[in-house]
Amino acid sequence: MYKVISSIKIRAMLKINLPPGSLPPNAEKLRSEVRDFLAKHLSDYSSAARAKSWAGSDPAFSELLGQQGWIGMTWPSKYGGAERSALERYVVLEEMLAAGAPVAAHWIADRQSGPLLLNFGTEKQRQKILPAICRGHSYFCIGMSEPNSGSDLASIRTKGVKTKNGWQINGSKLWTSKAHIAHYMIALVRTAPPNPKNRHAGLSQFIIDMKRPGITIRPIRNIAGDDMFNEVFFEDLVVPNDMLVGREGEGWSQVTAELALERSGPERYLSSYQLLYELVSELSINPKERNAIGVGRLVAHLATLRQMSMAVAVILEDGRSPELEAAFVKEAGVAFEQGIPSVAHDLVGRSILLGAGNFDQVMAYVTQAARSFSLRGGTREIVRGIIARGLGLR
Amino acid sequence: MTSASSQMVADTAEKLFSEHVSVNSLRDAEAGRWAEALWCALEDNGLTTALVLESEGGIGATWGDAFTIALAAGRHRAPVPLPETMTAAWLIAASGITPPPGPLSLIDDDHEFTFTQGFVTGKCSNVPWGRNASAVFVANKSLVLISSQKQWQPDINIAGEPRDTIVLDAFPVLSSELGNADRPSLVRLAGAAMRSAQMAGGMARAVELAIEHAGIRQQFGRPISKFQAIQHMLAEAAAKCAMARIAAEIAFKTMDNSPRNIATAEFEIATAKIVCGEAVERVTDIVHEVHGAIGFTEEHELHFITRRLWSWRDEFGAESFWAERLGENILKRGAQKLWPDLTARDIATP
Ligand SMILES: Cc1cc2nc3c(=O)[nH]c(=O)nc-3n(C[C@H](O)[C@H](O)[C@H](O)COP(=O)(O)OP(=O)(O)OC[C@H]3O[C@@H](n4cnc5c(N)ncnc54)[C@H](O)[C@@H]3O)c2cc1C
Repeated sequence: MYKVISSIKIRAMLKINLPPGSLPPNAEKLRSEVRDFLAKHLSDYSSAARAKSWAGSDPAFSELLGQQGWIGMTWPSKYGGAERSALERYVVLEEMLAAGAPVAAHWIADRQSGPLLLNFGTEKQRQKILPAICRGHSYFCIGMSEPNSGSDLASIRTKGVKTKNGWQINGSKLWTSKAHIAHYMIALVRTAPPNPKNRHAGLSQFIIDMKRPGITIRPIRNIAGDDMFNEVFFEDLVVPNDMLVGREGEGWSQVTAELALERSGPERYLSSYQLLYELVSELSINPKERNAIGVGRLVAHLATLRQMSMAVAVILEDGRSPELEAAFVKEAGVAFEQGIPSVAHDLVGRSILLGAGNFDQVMAYVTQAARSFSLRGGTREIVRGIIARGLGLR
Repeated sequence: MTSASSQMVADTAEKLFSEHVSVNSLRDAEAGRWAEALWCALEDNGLTTALVLESEGGIGATWGDAFTIALAAGRHRAPVPLPETMTAAWLIAASGITPPPGPLSLIDDDHEFTFTQGFVTGKCSNVPWGRNASAVFVANKSLVLISSQKQWQPDINIAGEPRDTIVLDAFPVLSSELGNADRPSLVRLAGAAMRSAQMAGGMARAVELAIEHAGIRQQFGRPISKFQAIQHMLAEAAAKCAMARIAAEIAFKTMDNSPRNIATAEFEIATAKIVCGEAVERVTDIVHEVHGAIGFTEEHELHFITRRLWSWRDEFGAESFWAERLGENILKRGAQKLWPDLTARDIATP
C-alpha cells in the first residue's frame, strides 16, 4: 500500500541570497553624464546598429569611453582604474546597453579579463596590460570553446608544452567572439595529460598576444549575417613563460570565477532592449488593451531582473562569489531577452520586411540573434545544472 | 523600528507559524473551523497590528517587516487573515480610528456598494474571512463594523479559504469618507503587495517540498533527483522563486519610502503582482510534475500550497489588471521615456 508522509520535514530551505541593493548617492549624476555623452556621440547611430547591443563594436567609441574613465572603472588607480564602486559601474553599463552603444571591442576585457588579471595575474602583467584596457586601447577575447569541447569545457585538447623558450601551444579555439579585433586572448589550455580522477586538473590559462606568429584566425558568419565569432588556430605558437596566468594547473578555478562575472551582468537581460524600445514605439500608435498588457508584463520582468542583477553586483563587490545567484540571473534574464521577439510577433502580428522602418529592422535582427542568448556564456542546460548543484540535487 | 526589532518580528512570525500551522490544522481550517489558537497567538504578539504606529497601540513595524511576516504567512500557509488584518488595521489607524479587536478584512475595489449618509447598500463577494471579521474596510471609502454573521453568505476559493459574500441594505457605517476615492485604492495596492509576498513564500515552500521529495523518491534504482530532467525543472522553478521574492521585497521597500501614501509605489507593487502571479504557473506545474501521483492526493500536503497559489494570483488584481495599467502608462509615455522612467524609480528606493 502506498504511504504518504503526513508532515514533511524540510531539511534545507531554498537558498536565495539576493538582498536588494541601492544605488550610491552620486549614481544619478553619473547617469546623466553618461546620457549626455551618449546623446552627443551616438546622435546618428541607427536603430539597426543599436540592435546589435553588446555585439556591436567601434574602437573609436571604446577609446572615447576610456577617456571618460568608464572602462576598468572599479580597478585601482595605479593600473589606470577609477576606483569606483561596482554599482557605479553598473550604471554606466546599463546606460550603454539601453542605448545600444557599440561596446563590444572592450567589453570582455572590462568584464572579465581585467578582473582575472587583478585576481590572479602577476604585477608585471597588470602593469603592462590593465592601463591599456582602461584607455580603451586593448581588447580581449576568450579562448575556451573548441571544436570538440563546448559544454564539456574540461575536455579541451589545445595543448601547452613547456620548452626552454616558453610554452609551445598547438590546437584550435572555436566560436571566439571578436578574436579578429582582439589584442589578446585568455586561452584555456591543457598543460598536463587528462587525469580521469580529476577532470578539472591540468588546465592553465595564458595571455596570448594575438600578433605572435603561429596564430591563424578564420571568421565565421552567424545566422544574422554578422562576422562576430571566429575559429583560431595555434601552430607551434610560443608563449613566453611570464604570460601564464596564476599558477600552472589553476585554469579551472580561474574559469569558474570568471563565469560568475560573465553570467550576472546587465547584458544578460538587456540584449534585446532595442526591440522592446521599438515595440513600445510601434504600439504607442495603437495602445489597445492587449498591447498594454503585453508591454506591461515585459516591463515588470525587466524591472525585476534589473534588481536581481544589481543585487548580484553588490554581492560581487563584497568579495563573495555568488555562483548560484549569478546562475539565477542568467536563467531568468536570458529567458526574458530571448522571449521578446515572440511577444513582439504576437502583439504586432504582421510580416517583417527589411526595407520597412526601424521596428522591422530591429525585429529581424533580434529574432535571429536571440537564438544565441541561451548558448553563449554556458547553455541553458549547463546553467540549470549549476543551479541544481546549488540546490543540493547533484 | 530598529533592525534588531525587525529581526524579532520575523523570528516571532516564523515561530508562531511553525508552532500552530500543521497539516492537521490546515485540514481543520478547510473544514470551516476558525484557527483560534493561532489567531490569539498572533494577536498577543502584536503581529495583527504590526503596521500600526506605537503611539496608536501597534508595534510600528515597517512595510519591510510586513513583507517578512507575509512571506512567512505564505510559506506556512497560515489559515487566518493576517495580511488582511495588518492592512486593515493600518488603514483604520491611519484614519485616526483605533482598530477594533479581532480579525479584520478588506473589501477590494470591485464591490457594488453605494454609500448614502452613513449607510451602505449593496453587495460584495470574495471577502477574505468575512464570516470571522469584526470589521471590514471598504476600498478607500469606509469602515464598516459587522458584528452579526447574518449578513455573510459563505463561499470559498480554490484553496478552501473563506471568501464570503455580503449583502447590505442601508447598513450603518462606522466611519465613511476615509482616504480618497482613487483607483486602484489603497486596499487593492496593499492587498496586491501582501499577496505577492505570500506567493513568494508559498512558491519557495512548494519548491522545497519538491526538492525534498526528489531526494527521497527512488525510481530506476536511484533518487529521482539524479535525473537531469528533474534537476532542470527544479532549477527553473528556483530561479522563478528568486525573481518573485526580490520583486515582492522591492515593492515593500518602496512602500516604506512614503509609508502613508503607498500609491507612490504602484509601479513596484504592480511589478511584484505580475512577476509573482506569472511565476505561479510554471512553479506549480513543476512541483506537481516532480511529485508524481502522490502530490495529486488529498493526503499529501503539497496542495495546501499550490491551491492557495492558484487563488492568490487572482486576488487584488490579477497579472492582466496590473499589466494593463503599467502598459497603458508606458505606451502613453512612449519609447523614449521607457528607460529614463524605469531608472528614475531608483530615487524612490532608499
Ligand atoms: C554568439 C556566441 C558567442 C560565443 N563566444 C564565445 C567566446 O568568445 N569564447 C568561447 O570560448 N566560446 C564562445 N561561445 C561558445 C559557447 O560557450 C558554446 O556555444 C557553449 O558553451 C555550448 O557549446 P556548444 O556550442 O559546443 O554546444 P554543445 O555543448 O555541443 O551543446 C549542444 C546541446 O547539448 C546540450 N548539452 C551539452 N551537454 C549537456 C549536458 N551535460 N546535459 C544536458 N545537455 C547538454 C547543450 O545544452 C545544448 O543544448 C560562443 C557561442 C555563441 C553562440
